[in-house]
Amino acid sequence: MEQGRIGMVRQARPRGPEPVAIGQVRMQVHLAWRQLRRHRMALFGGGVLIVLYTLAIFAEFLAPYTLDFSDRERFFHPPIIPMFRDAQGFSPRPFVHGTTLADPGLRRFEVDPARRHYVRIFVRGEPYRLFGVVPSTLHLFGVDEPGRIFLMGTDQSGRDQFSRILYGSRISLTIGIMAAAVSIPIGMIYGGLAGYYGGRVDNVMMRLSEIIIAFPEFYLLLTLSAVLPSAVGCTTRFYLITLILSFIGWAGFSRLIRGVVLSLKEREYVLAAKAAGSDDFRIIVRHILPQTSSLVIVVVTLGIPGAILGESALSFFGFGVREPCASWGNLLTTASNLPTLILSPWLLFPGLFIIAAVVAFNLFGDGLRDALDPRHRTAS
Amino acid sequence: MLRHIARRLLHLIPMLLGITLISFAIIQLSPGDFLAEARMNPVVSSETVDRMRVSFGLDQPLHIQYLRWFWNALRLDFGYSFAFQVPVIWLIGSRLMNSVLLNLVSFAVAWAIAIPLGIHAARRQYTLSDNVLSFSAYLGISTPTFFSGLFLLYLAFRTGWFPIGGMTSIDHDFLPWWGKILDVAHHMVLPVLVLGVLSVAGLMRQMRANLLEVLRQDYVRTARSKGLAERVVINKHVVRNAINPLITIFGFSLGGLLGGSAILENVMGWPGIGKLIVEATIQKDLYVVMASLVLGSVTLVAGNLIADVLLVVSDPRIRYD
Repeated sequence: MEQGRIGMVRQARPRGPEPVAIGQVRMQVHLAWRQLRRHRMALFGGGVLIVLYTLAIFAEFLAPYTLDFSDRERFFHPPIIPMFRDAQGFSPRPFVHGTTLADPGLRRFEVDPARRHYVRIFVRGEPYRLFGVVPSTLHLFGVDEPGRIFLMGTDQSGRDQFSRILYGSRISLTIGIMAAAVSIPIGMIYGGLAGYYGGRVDNVMMRLSEIIIAFPEFYLLLTLSAVLPSAVGCTTRFYLITLILSFIGWAGFSRLIRGVVLSLKEREYVLAAKAAGSDDFRIIVRHILPQTSSLVIVVVTLGIPGAILGESALSFFGFGVREPCASWGNLLTTASNLPTLILSPWLLFPGLFIIAAVVAFNLFGDGLRDALDPRHRTAS
Repeated sequence: MLRHIARRLLHLIPMLLGITLISFAIIQLSPGDFLAEARMNPVVSSETVDRMRVSFGLDQPLHIQYLRWFWNALRLDFGYSFAFQVPVIWLIGSRLMNSVLLNLVSFAVAWAIAIPLGIHAARRQYTLSDNVLSFSAYLGISTPTFFSGLFLLYLAFRTGWFPIGGMTSIDHDFLPWWGKILDVAHHMVLPVLVLGVLSVAGLMRQMRANLLEVLRQDYVRTARSKGLAERVVINKHVVRNAINPLITIFGFSLGGLLGGSAILENVMGWPGIGKLIVEATIQKDLYVVMASLVLGSVTLVAGNLIADVLLVVSDPRIRYD
């Protein structure tokens, strides 16, 4: 409680994060939320994120096909979009036409307008396990066999790209959060120690973290991932890539924290805690670092897109998550072959998801920063 | 000032050691015995392998190997590329200028576009054109270069307006000198577009923020209230002060001269350092990887140093000791 009282006294100080008591925390959250609600771009970003994460969580159910389902006769099939009208007239129910492979060399498919396959919801299809546990065959939508619904076309083995994008979103959307979860605590403790002790300790610690920052990010990602053992499963590889991203991420973050801690450690409440006999580590972890929370929230939100881009670039070049797993980056690998791309431009679809996720995180993060930083608040 | 620079230069020594040590460690960690592989390779003569072994102390303990490599690297001897059959330094030298050229032209284009756009957006804050520009900037910084690169290559093929990847045409060697320049320029349009858009987005946001900051200052109000034309206020008082912080960014961009275009070079087939390091990593051409890592980092560090110095030079309010 003492901390709270001192916090109130210090209210007059205009700059920097302020120590706050529980009641004030609620008010601050309320203020921040009110500010965020006025930021339409940020809300838009947040909305897109909710949609994307919902797609990722329910991927098995929402995807018409499974990750490994492949139709060997329909490789590089163009997107099949449901329609309401054809030569036979209008139908209130969307349907797709059947197709047959006409020319394997040019990957030309002939549409058969006589065969209508109606789109149904809650259809029985490929078996899967929801959340990896509940066995089911129910899919949100689909068409009856032998019809196919490939909303975003298929790849070289006739796998439905839309389904694979949904499955891939799990890897692409979690890797940023996982990397943050590892690098943030490390960066906070490291930056906290350096900033708190200052002087020579600070000097040596910062020189060390500068070495990591000195490498061009992509070079370091690339060479580190080339060192990874190649004969491991998808999941292991995913965790290893996460570790690499965190290894690169913590350094820049620790510098930010250190800068804030340098100014925070001179505050009276730190002196008070010292006088009360707290040891250094406790002061750093319990009294100083919590004051950096709004900075951390913003840095995480703005840092996640960096990790998403890093993973997708690595996977794109075949150094990240590998087949048969799908991530937005490695789905684009097929498109890197130019003759393939020219015949099948729909292979670029996964890239749109990367852009959507990264834009959304950036918009939301900028809104959060404005909302959490009193200096950015617009007068109400 | 000079003392500050001298101290920063002194800091570079442990940093250089750290950079080379980490590069060396990464290379040591990579699986497989590459000397054995080099011996198996019929195109690599056993004399070459032996010469490498002696000059880099490959039969010695690790710390000796590192010191040997470091010593050789200081004299710009980065070893031998087994994949390309030439000394690494030749290889790097031939690719270095391509990366620098691409990045420099992209900077020039980006700065020429971003600064007027930033000024425009700040002067019309929260209007339609400002919002459109802001959102485009978000799109720009959020689009991975490998995606925009692929997309432009696809468009280039559809329209036939631009060559599809690479840096030169097949008949490049037979062109007169001005034809050669035009040929490279033609190949450079798409990669410059991708990199340019990326930096325009960042620079424009920065310029807009700076300008808004300066527009709030008292001296701007004074300038306006004494009746100066708005054009004079903006050009003479506001823009000059708002551009100052960008000078630091210029220094940082110099640091990206080698590493900044790495991903795009691979997508567009631009024969630069970034393409080299990916090729070398795939072929386990260890000495090339190590040299590229070190050179890329040294450029970045040098860029940061320049940024730091430029900041002090351009802003007399900042004093180091």
